[in-house]
Amino acid sequence: MFRSLSACATLCLALPSAVDAQQRTGYGLGRAPTTQEINAWDIDVRPDGHGVRKGAGTVAQGQKIYDEQCASCHGTFGESTSYMAVAGGVRKTDLQSGRASALKDATAIRTLGTKLNYATTLWDYIYRAMPWTNPQSLTVDQTYAVTAYVLHLNEIVGADFELNEKTLLAVQMPNRNGLTTAHGLSRVDGRPDAQGTLCMKDCVRDVTIASALPEFARNQSGNLAEQRRPLGPMRGIDTAKYGSKGGPAVAKTQMSAPAGVHPTELLARYACTACHGLTNKIVGPGFSEIAGRYQGQPAALGYLSTKIRDGGQGVWGSVPMPAQAAVKEADVNAIAQWLVNGAR
Amino acid sequence: MNLQPKGRLLLAPENHLSAAHLAQGSRRSFLRGGVAAGASIASSAALAQASDVSSLIPPWTRSLGGPVVATGYGMPSKHEVNVQRRQSPGLTPQPQASVSFTPLQNLFGIITPSGVHFERHHSGMPEVDPQQHRLMIHGMVKRPLMLTMDDVMRFSSVSRIHFIECGANGGMEWANVAVPTVQYTHGMVACSEFTGVLLSTLLDEVGIDRTLAKFVLAEGSDGSALTRTIPMEFALNDVMVVYGQNGEMLRPENGYPLRLLVPGVQGVSSVKWLRRLEVGDKPWNTREEALHYIDLMPDGIHRQYSGVQEVKSVITMPSGGQKLVGQGYYEITGLAWSGRGKVRRVDVSVDGGRNWHTARLQEPVLTKALTRFRLDWNWNGAPALLQSRAIDDTGHVQPSIHQLRAVRGVRSIYHNNAVQTWSVQADGEVWNVQVA
Repeated sequence: MFRSLSACATLCLALPSAVDAQQRTGYGLGRAPTTQEINAWDIDVRPDGHGVRKGAGTVAQGQKIYDEQCASCHGTFGESTSYMAVAGGVRKTDLQSGRASALKDATAIRTLGTKLNYATTLWDYIYRAMPWTNPQSLTVDQTYAVTAYVLHLNEIVGADFELNEKTLLAVQMPNRNGLTTAHGLSRVDGRPDAQGTLCMKDCVRDVTIASALPEFARNQSGNLAEQRRPLGPMRGIDTAKYGSKGGPAVAKTQMSAPAGVHPTELLARYACTACHGLTNKIVGPGFSEIAGRYQGQPAALGYLSTKIRDGGQGVWGSVPMPAQAAVKEADVNAIAQWLVNGAR
Repeated sequence: MNLQPKGRLLLAPENHLSAAHLAQGSRRSFLRGGVAAGASIASSAALAQASDVSSLIPPWTRSLGGPVVATGYGMPSKHEVNVQRRQSPGLTPQPQASVSFTPLQNLFGIITPSGVHFERHHSGMPEVDPQQHRLMIHGMVKRPLMLTMDDVMRFSSVSRIHFIECGANGGMEWANVAVPTVQYTHGMVACSEFTGVLLSTLLDEVGIDRTLAKFVLAEGSDGSALTRTIPMEFALNDVMVVYGQNGEMLRPENGYPLRLLVPGVQGVSSVKWLRRLEVGDKPWNTREEALHYIDLMPDGIHRQYSGVQEVKSVITMPSGGQKLVGQGYYEITGLAWSGRGKVRRVDVSVDGGRNWHTARLQEPVLTKALTRFRLDWNWNGAPALLQSRAIDDTGHVQPSIHQLRAVRGVRSIYHNNAVQTWSVQADGEVWNVQVA
């Protein structure tokens, strides 16, 4: 008692400000967001209709946008598995049961159609994050249209369907009953479903190897000798003897001074290489093919810059190249110059 | 197998000394040489010793070193160039929607250096300007807030050490062995000291009605504007809004300048480049919780909102892709963690799970943080199967791959916390295997 009193005698002069800070109702930091700010950022749409935006789009309108801006990655029929397969695997009976039966098969067909439970999630993601290289560029109506077309690719809605803020909430997805939260991993105090055993002695009689890395796969992650510090009680195994398959990408420049960005790094940064190989066609032509076609043409630099920026269709085939608004002007020019110089 | 250490049976390699140098360094061998070959040899050896003095002193001792501030923000030694984050070839078609793995086989202790913390981006890494960045907190709150980074960094703060583990860590190995090293089997986990504001502090500030407000939506400002629903019981428990990591600001690839941290929960919920928190009464069913990060069970049902990373451990040395330099003493060491709390115990087996030995835990043992364990081992050159098994303070015992598959099958992708086996061959090579 006396000790705390004497402590107060020396400290009480300093105390009031500290007490004030704790007793205040709040920190008083920041400001209220404006209505415009909330409208610009609060774009989420929930299955119960929270956040749904007024608008409409048809399957036919959606097909046009999809073919121009989505098919290059997801495939003309939504079949590409390189990225999210947006269609396939849905069976007629699934629409009744609300369970995608393909997921019970040993080779589960995992697509947007077989997995997704609510169409609002599809609308929400297209509006916030697609097209991948140009997110938040679609209008509300365009988003309804593309969503409608993807639903149609999965044979969930007919060819003449119009999706709007009301029909979006009424769409019955084929796997709407296929997700559960009845498990321990969703709660702070959830119970585990797979429990180990605490045996210490003679726990198993025979130990056999059920699975091992085949020899051909031992170098597929790169030479392991180069992935382990050459110091201490272990070395990385020199796996070059198992073959010369390419190893994983590593930023080799990390330990040296930063160098100027090579155009090929820009191609990777802007995901140009998703559709164009350096020499070969993937979706669009290879870069060396482009360089070859325009070699020596005086107007090539300006032409290629425009093509990169605005996209195009018909020069190399029917699959259109979307406009690349995300690529900085200086980088557009650097890539175009590199193409003119022979793409080397 | 004898697990008692017999002392260091193998000296560190002295590769920079020749056999002749080593012989000169020993009086007995010098005398033996003298006895065998006579006095003339002894005098020439003495001459050789004098002329070789300079070769015994390394050049960095005989020269002036570099100045301070040779690099304003330091880098590891150039000899550490092998220690890198790496992608797993063929796992993803594009590096902007991909993952890089932490090189666990090269790390000590429990803190992951920020530069090798694993990365997971969905639409690439944005370059966020901290002066323009804002955090909006709104929805079912009494006082919606728009905060600058200056504002966020003025709130009372906490620093805590926690792991972040991707829900798909180990996802390639549900059915069989697929990758060679611990970097690829377990490298989507890292542990850092994080500094920021408790989310409960911010929710107090905006004011919520606990009877209505059940969930918080977190949203990133990257191109995917990634969204995840955080249940309020997690949000008010220990979730942080983080700007500091290991004493510095977050690295760009890990969310600069602001991220969420949901301790113990799969990494996707720790939304990077955090720009918005919306309080609501229902979960959002976003793409990352309805199409991905859902666990496919044998009956074709997906488990949704499967957040918690359950008890897990792995031996990092010796581990797959490594070669032991010879027989004798080794320290078996690795990492254990649990999204439900602290690691209580780790057992290690060197015979494929037949017999187990309790490992030493390195202090500090922290909740929802990596914990380092160690066990002395004398390798006699015979093949061995190394395993570790962690138990957390809820009593949950890390399951074997068979115990896990019995419940979840092999198609789950996410939340593989099975016991890992490393096979030590007679030649000292260590390879990734699964035991029957």
